[in-house]
Amino acid sequence: MKGASGWLKPFWQLLLMRLRSFVREPSATFWVFGFPLLMSIVLGLAFQNQAGARLSVAVAEGPERPAVLGALRASEGLSTTEMTLDEAHRALLSGKVALAVVPAATPRLLLDPTQPEARSAKLLVVDALQRAAGRTDPRPLEEERVTLPGSRYIDFLVPGLLGFGLMSSSIWGVGWAIVQMRIGKLLRRLAATPMRKLDFLLAFAAGRLLLALLEVLFFLGFARLIFDVRVAGNPLTFLLWGLLGALSFGGLSALVASRAQSSETASGLMNLVTLSMTVVSGVFFSASHFPGWAQPVLRALPLTALIDGLRAISIDGAGVAALVGPALVLLLWGVGSFALALRLFRWT
Amino acid sequence: MAALAIEVERLVKRFGDLVAVDGIDLTVSTGTCLGLLGPNGAEKTTTVEILEGLQPATSGSVRVLGRTWAEDPEGIRARIGATLQETRFHEKLTVEETLTLFRSFYPRGQGVEQALSQVALEEKRDARVGTLSGGQKQRLALAVGLVGDPELLFLDEPTTGLDPVSRRGLWTIIERLKGRGRTVVLTTHYMEEAAVLCDDIVIVDHGRIVARGTPDALVHSLGGEQLVEFVARPAIPSEALERVPGFSGRRQRGETVSLSVQALHEAVPALLRIADEHRSELVRLSTRAATLDDVFLALTGRTLVEAEQG
Repeated sequence: MKGASGWLKPFWQLLLMRLRSFVREPSATFWVFGFPLLMSIVLGLAFQNQAGARLSVAVAEGPERPAVLGALRASEGLSTTEMTLDEAHRALLSGKVALAVVPAATPRLLLDPTQPEARSAKLLVVDALQRAAGRTDPRPLEEERVTLPGSRYIDFLVPGLLGFGLMSSSIWGVGWAIVQMRIGKLLRRLAATPMRKLDFLLAFAAGRLLLALLEVLFFLGFARLIFDVRVAGNPLTFLLWGLLGALSFGGLSALVASRAQSSETASGLMNLVTLSMTVVSGVFFSASHFPGWAQPVLRALPLTALIDGLRAISIDGAGVAALVGPALVLLLWGVGSFALALRLFRWT
Repeated sequence: MAALAIEVERLVKRFGDLVAVDGIDLTVSTGTCLGLLGPNGAEKTTTVEILEGLQPATSGSVRVLGRTWAEDPEGIRARIGATLQETRFHEKLTVEETLTLFRSFYPRGQGVEQALSQVALEEKRDARVGTLSGGQKQRLALAVGLVGDPELLFLDEPTTGLDPVSRRGLWTIIERLKGRGRTVVLTTHYMEEAAVLCDDIVIVDHGRIVARGTPDALVHSLGGEQLVEFVARPAIPSEALERVPGFSGRRQRGETVSLSVQALHEAVPALLRIADEHRSELVRLSTRAATLDDVFLALTGRTLVEAEQG
């Protein structure tokens, strides 16, 4: 019965408790897997469409309107709308169209030259009208379309969302569970048993690692399937980096949860940690957009380190040697906050 | 095995300026059930948590199963069991999973099966903890306290918040547990509960012991075991009431006078005669046996219910 007695070991039982509580909580599954998936689909589609969008052009009333419409519709980059001259003016002012054409023997183009879209639209409209009028291009050109892997917004976004997801699931998954156990006096009850505190902590850490492993694999899977996002570097390095981040945030989470006695205090602290880093650590746009004086602070934040590392591996194909700096940041945060949490932790 | 399961001397617990436990001395013999009785705010729970090793004492000495908490915390924890007030076990785990988890912490103990059957929760083994009724949750807490097969079991208000039927059900279970030389320390603010379950009772108020003894001895200590309660109009002077045979005490709450007497068959006719002499009419008359509630009232001047609300 060696297996049975092994199964009874406190560590395994505590780990089982963690896994069961996750699997049996549908909302946890949604926040860990469903929410980031939705986020990346929505954001991914929004930015993908923008790249291939046509420029809107108004065509006002005039003698040669059908010919003008025909010429413009032949162009790939334009979408045309028929309007009265008044409507065309208003649409121009409100930015609904980039340019308006008033058809005539000599068509008039209405545009605001300070608008970049207006300049692009003008080039396309002039090209379309001249071609329709019989212009021939003296010099043949060849066009090759390239979309560089790793250069799209989605390639940038997926590591950011993964970093955000690992942070949220660590802080909320671990911290919230601990605070709820304290509020329900379950921590106190456990402290009254001969349970070793180390088993308890190890079970939480192991549970976090297992879940983080699933999270990273899930992200890699759906990003590849839906958006064809590929990891330029070693996928194993990417995976281990995600786990390091999850452990680091696990320590921070234990610190946040070490004393909180109520749900309100706990959620306040956790929101403070997660929201502030979400804003400044480059989840949606690069943290390098912040001014230079803020950079040392931002680089020292664990979420910045986690996301920078994920991006370096997946976009630039960085190896372990290039990751020493952010790895130190993650380790220091993880070890430091965990050590502090051990000192501050209250079972009652 | 030590003859004394618990020895407490001059136990003091302070929270800042507040003296919560104010010099408690206590001994509990192995195999007996001690009731720690008192209203909320009497610091019963603080006292018990110090005994359970969950809070440090400010001063005084505590020996549990012959050891101090400083000497051998793990050893003591392996030999005691506890139900704490209002523990919320993990709602997503089943009853059996919860018991298996707690069983795993103890180096020796009884099977999950046995603990389930002791609290009559076999049918709910696969039920999620979140779906249990209040009484079933208390029984689960009791089973969790039992999986380590403890020599000493602490029950902190095990029936608070339960309906009378569930409460009696739990009493039956606790009664059965008292066999096998197990020592039980029970805190409660239900006098009836202590009287039913405990061999010895300690009454605590404001962190001090105000009385101790067996339930019967405490009731005897009132001097009378019967109470005659009446409303007389006009009121009968108290000197006249002292002539009632076997009189040992008088209390008044509003119009209601309550006399402690030895024997009803002598006291009641005498009371009727005295009322007649004073041309006083007895608007209401009832008698009952004295209870631990009366002991508490006599000792503190408050009933337990008043103490609760205070």
